[in-house]
Amino acid sequence: MTCLHLLLTLVFAVSLGTPVEIQRPRGVPLTKKQFYEESKPFTCLDGSRTIPFDRVNDDYCDCKDGSDEPGTAACPNGSFHCTNAGYRPMFIPSSRINDGICDCCDTTDEYNSGAKCENTCKELGRKEREVLQKMAEITKEGFLLKQQLIEEAKKGREEKQGKVTDMQENKKQLEEKVEALRTVKEAAEQPEKEAKERHLKAWEEQKAAIRLEKDKAKMAEAFLELDDNSDGFVSVSELQSHAELDPDADGTLTETEVQGLMGGAAQVDTSTFESVWTNIKDKYHSESQPEEPAPVETPPDEVKEPAVDNDSEPYPEDDISEEDDEDEDDEDDYHEDDDKAPPTVKTPEKSHEDEEAMPPYDPDTQALIEAAQKARDDFEDSEKALRVMDDQIRNIEKELSFDFGPDAEFTYMYSQCYELSTSEYIYRLCPFNRVSQKPKYGGSETNLGIWGSWSGPENNKYLVMKYEHGTGCWQGPNRSTTVKLTCGKETVVTSTSEPSRCEYLMEFTTPAVCQEPANTEPSPHGHEEL
Amino acid sequence: MGLLSVVCVSLFFSSTFAVDRGNFKTCDQSAFCKRQRALKPGQSPYRALLETLELSDSRLTLQLINDNNKVHLLLELYRLQGNMTRVKINELKPLKPRFEVPDVLIAEPPTEPLSVLSKDDNGVVLSLGAENQRLIVSARPFRLDIMEGPEVLLSLNSRGLLAFEHLRLHKDTLDFSLPGVEHVYGIPEHADDLKLKTTDGGDPYRLYNLDVFQYELYNPMALYGSIPVMLAHNTQRTMGIFWLNAAETWVDISSNTAGKTVFGKMLDFVQGSSEKPQTDVRWISESGIIDVFIMLGPKPSKVFSQYASLTGTQSFPPLASLGYHQCRWNYNDQEDVKSVDQGFDQHDIPYDFIWLDIEHADGKRYFTWDPHKFPQPKEMLQGLMDKRRKMVSIVDPHIRVDSGYKIHNEITSKDFYVKNKDGKNYEGWCWPGNSGYPDFTKPEMRAWWASMFAYDQYEGSMENLFTWNDMNEPSVFNGPEVTMHKDALHGKWEHRDIHNIYGLYVQMATAEGQIQRSGGVERPFVLTRAFFAGSQRYGAVWTGDNAAEWDHLKISIPMCLSLGLVGVSFCGADVGGFFKNPSTELLVRWYQTGAYQPFFRAHAHLDTTRREPWLFGPENTALIREVIRQRYALLPYWYQLFYQAHKTGMPVMRPLWVDYPKDTATFTIDDEFLIGSDLLVHPVTEEGSRGVTAYLPGAEEVWYDVHTFQKHNGAQNLYIPVTLSSIPVFQRGGSIIPRKDRVRRSSTCMENDPYTLYVALSPKKFAEGELYIDDGHSFNYDTKKEFIHRSLTFANNALTSSNLCPDCNFLTSSWIEKVLILGASKPSKVLLKMDGKETPVDFEFDTSMSVLTLRKPGMNAGADWTLLLQ
Repeated sequence: MTCLHLLLTLVFAVSLGTPVEIQRPRGVPLTKKQFYEESKPFTCLDGSRTIPFDRVNDDYCDCKDGSDEPGTAACPNGSFHCTNAGYRPMFIPSSRINDGICDCCDTTDEYNSGAKCENTCKELGRKEREVLQKMAEITKEGFLLKQQLIEEAKKGREEKQGKVTDMQENKKQLEEKVEALRTVKEAAEQPEKEAKERHLKAWEEQKAAIRLEKDKAKMAEAFLELDDNSDGFVSVSELQSHAELDPDADGTLTETEVQGLMGGAAQVDTSTFESVWTNIKDKYHSESQPEEPAPVETPPDEVKEPAVDNDSEPYPEDDISEEDDEDEDDEDDYHEDDDKAPPTVKTPEKSHEDEEAMPPYDPDTQALIEAAQKARDDFEDSEKALRVMDDQIRNIEKELSFDFGPDAEFTYMYSQCYELSTSEYIYRLCPFNRVSQKPKYGGSETNLGIWGSWSGPENNKYLVMKYEHGTGCWQGPNRSTTVKLTCGKETVVTSTSEPSRCEYLMEFTTPAVCQEPANTEPSPHGHEEL
Repeated sequence: MGLLSVVCVSLFFSSTFAVDRGNFKTCDQSAFCKRQRALKPGQSPYRALLETLELSDSRLTLQLINDNNKVHLLLELYRLQGNMTRVKINELKPLKPRFEVPDVLIAEPPTEPLSVLSKDDNGVVLSLGAENQRLIVSARPFRLDIMEGPEVLLSLNSRGLLAFEHLRLHKDTLDFSLPGVEHVYGIPEHADDLKLKTTDGGDPYRLYNLDVFQYELYNPMALYGSIPVMLAHNTQRTMGIFWLNAAETWVDISSNTAGKTVFGKMLDFVQGSSEKPQTDVRWISESGIIDVFIMLGPKPSKVFSQYASLTGTQSFPPLASLGYHQCRWNYNDQEDVKSVDQGFDQHDIPYDFIWLDIEHADGKRYFTWDPHKFPQPKEMLQGLMDKRRKMVSIVDPHIRVDSGYKIHNEITSKDFYVKNKDGKNYEGWCWPGNSGYPDFTKPEMRAWWASMFAYDQYEGSMENLFTWNDMNEPSVFNGPEVTMHKDALHGKWEHRDIHNIYGLYVQMATAEGQIQRSGGVERPFVLTRAFFAGSQRYGAVWTGDNAAEWDHLKISIPMCLSLGLVGVSFCGADVGGFFKNPSTELLVRWYQTGAYQPFFRAHAHLDTTRREPWLFGPENTALIREVIRQRYALLPYWYQLFYQAHKTGMPVMRPLWVDYPKDTATFTIDDEFLIGSDLLVHPVTEEGSRGVTAYLPGAEEVWYDVHTFQKHNGAQNLYIPVTLSSIPVFQRGGSIIPRKDRVRRSSTCMENDPYTLYVALSPKKFAEGELYIDDGHSFNYDTKKEFIHRSLTFANNALTSSNLCPDCNFLTSSWIEKVLILGASKPSKVLLKMDGKETPVDFEFDTSMSVLTLRKPGMNAGADWTLLLQ
């Protein structure tokens, strides 16, 4: 059955280098040695009962807290202390004593299981020290880098704040300028408007005079034509020969109807024809030039079509097509989204319409227009400048509003992106913005989350970033990514995984989380001693 | 990751999405079921031609004639050893031979002589030997009655429903009447109550192995497996009907008492006028012959041994497979496996197996490893082996059609694929896309498949890698009802003939492969989803793709109980529920329930969030840890019960009526169960529950709460207040349960640990139990008798360990560290008698609970000894 060594002999090296034997029951840490005195009955550490000392480590659990069996697996809740000389001491659950698996590097947990364990403490210690040293170096350098980052961020922040202040100042000036230019513009536009109206009015009058002239000529001509017998009078019968004048369009122009047109008179002379002309001129067909009135009448087919086109393409279209030249992207969007019609022939026909072009402005008016246009341009330029400045201010303010850490040490990542390429995907982390995944061999990018918040543990929330509300998963949640930050000299994404479906995990190193190295250098002596 | 898996998942769902009922046939939609079910009871057209009777030592043959169409049938009757009768009916001269199911019976059942007691024009009376049992063959119309004394135990074709379709395909029907029976059980797999319901007005219970996506509860729809065995039980007798047919089968149940109210039944009883309760059962199969085994019991245990003598017993699993299994679709890569493994150690939770689902293989090519995710499988397996733990990888029967895939090429070159009706290789869609289905009905195919598990064939495998056979109904995403076309060909037989046994063959060949790779030394462990009668011989079964819902937790109990009744003891449900995310409460409750069910595995769908036991806060981690530890402490008991199941066919997880067959109160209980005879478990399966009412059976019994040792009387409904930490479990007074209370990180680590004996005294201060010990993993218990089997008896104030197998040889370093005697009185002295010496033993007595604790008696677990209480 069980014949267990009750006591374990340890060689403990003190600083003098003289080996001294310290005896204590197996599995008991030095700090608790005083509770296990061979000469006295043992009281369970929870005080629940007292047992003879020979029941300590006798492979039977007497104490509820497991304290009587520090060196055996008898108690379900016990723990075993391994000294691990050369490495770190540790506690393991009692259930790992003699379970055939080497847990303590000093092999003390497997004293009766037949497991072949090798003492690996020295090796582990060496490795750990190396790792620690490396870590310390990284931390040290990282921390220095972090200081720079903080410094830069501070400078950057000040600069930006200064910039914002300056810009706010400039903005004020710009606003004033805009207002001033608006006044100038409005002042220049008033005479322009008046001059243009004058010009237009003069032209309208001119056009009316010409029309009157033409009409009179036509009337005279018509009189002559109608006065078939050239007696200086147009009679009812003479007029009746023009069937097109039939007022009720029943195909016959009766005498009564003609009399109606002639105002009851039997005949009219040139002076009284004027009133008859008013009644008939819209329908009257000249005998000599039957086609002549056509342009005045409803335009023929060839003119009609473009007119319809013009209806479907309202004037703003012209403005848009002007913009099109400037911005091709907009054009694409426009055509794709709204305008499926093929490009239409437009402008050439349009010019036909205004047969009688307005005469050019006189030099005075032209000068006023040019002056007003300049005022408008100036105003718009300044307004645009104001808008740009507003945007700039907003962007900087947005940046300044991010929580870049207690010392703004994360500022430098803003507007940067870091990539990691795996066998299948390229992962992209753009801090404070978004995380994405793009298949290496074709396929579209998937959003793995947009910036949510810092969500590290309470004592340091800046160790974890959370990106949320990414592309939805089929039958699942929206994708999200947790980014764990560790101290490193470089800012690199070191690994990604998808521990749960559509919940991604990214490891990310940055100097920004490097802690100030402890002032006391990790003393190699302490480690050597153990 | 991400996109790739979405593609294959959507493939799956797009083909099986609208599952519900719409995707699966009802009886009305199944031509043969509808037609046969439409037959009404009445005059049977079949007549026995008594002049054709031939009687040999082992069998009686007799021709039947269908007077309507003059077709002759051949009836064969056998009296089988162990109180069973076999009835076979086939066409005398079939136009096309009918399929007779091979490989289910472990041997041709030994017969006993039949003798004719009397014969006249109306029929023949045969003696069935013992107990005044007779078999009466009536000639016109044909019917069979089995009588014991004046009682009719069971009648065949008493309702005249026997039918053979000849010209169409080979449908056949037969009815059974069970006079005096109101409770019938079995015919898994259905997500339904333990006690089978009558099917009048609804669909019959269907047996047709199907991959049912998000199955519904409490209905007779077919699921992944089929065992055509029904048990009939009343206070006097338990009987069984085994309908050996692997084709699609429907089972109709009707009862003459089903419509009656309790009051009506009472009135019948008081008036003494009542007609006897009777259950009528009709079996309808699409093809094959009628081959029925009638197991006459009469005790439940006898029916189990009768059925076991036909189809074999539960395989004796490796001890470790009774521990806790951690599964998920999928552990992403080697790193993931490592970190989950470490998680268990960090949280001090034991486990034995970690599982890899389909994503571990290279493009779903089973027997391979994804080169990016699992580049060093041996390194991973060695890492687990160093922790004395094991792994399971999935190997499904659908094989990716891919000329770059060794397995596919070999199957093709050996011509081992199932054929379609045109004789070409049958192809269907499954996880890898276009897939072939190896013809596992071919012995050569199975031998080749088995050889693929050799360490040099299955690259990256090691002795701690075991196997999971999923999708072996078989699942064919684009097939009718998500399975194989019925006209696919297995040699000369159509798939319709063999459908329900395909899954059994897959597991059979896989288990054989695992045995072979170790040179026949090591026991296999193979989990299957599809199964048939006889599947118990090859490993474990789980209840398929359940959901994280309370009702699914509840149904896990009747589903596993039903399987246990028909031979399959190694049963479990996905802990936590496969689909959806369980609430923390549900997850904890499911662990508590699963820890007390035979196969204990947590599993989760790809789309669920991670749910390793430590992800729900320290309190819940502690609750889950605690119940997993309870499982591990009880492993000696579980192991011994599996040994018993393997030897005798007794189910491990049992309905109460199996041990209390005369107590009618137990007949419909399926929210609690027994583990062996000695532990009664009433899991908490209601959300927000503050208490459960457990029925403690046995008027003469007492039961001890295993957590508090409080004693309760039997034959009562006991209300037990519960908190989230409660899992009500009771030990029967009169039993002795060995435990290993030093729970370690895996069962293998506990191999040599000492035992604590929990002796629960009956009111007569008596108790008995057993202790079984072997190496836990090899066949040496069988081939070399390397095991310890002790009988433990407490009587007359003495606890004695005696040898149940004197010619066995096995040495254990385990010893007895403690004995707890529940319900004891305080002795003045305790002595250990061993090797002719007497030594005093320290003890403590807890008067409040009457628990006597013997401190460190220290004898070897394999020794003879007696502890005397004075």
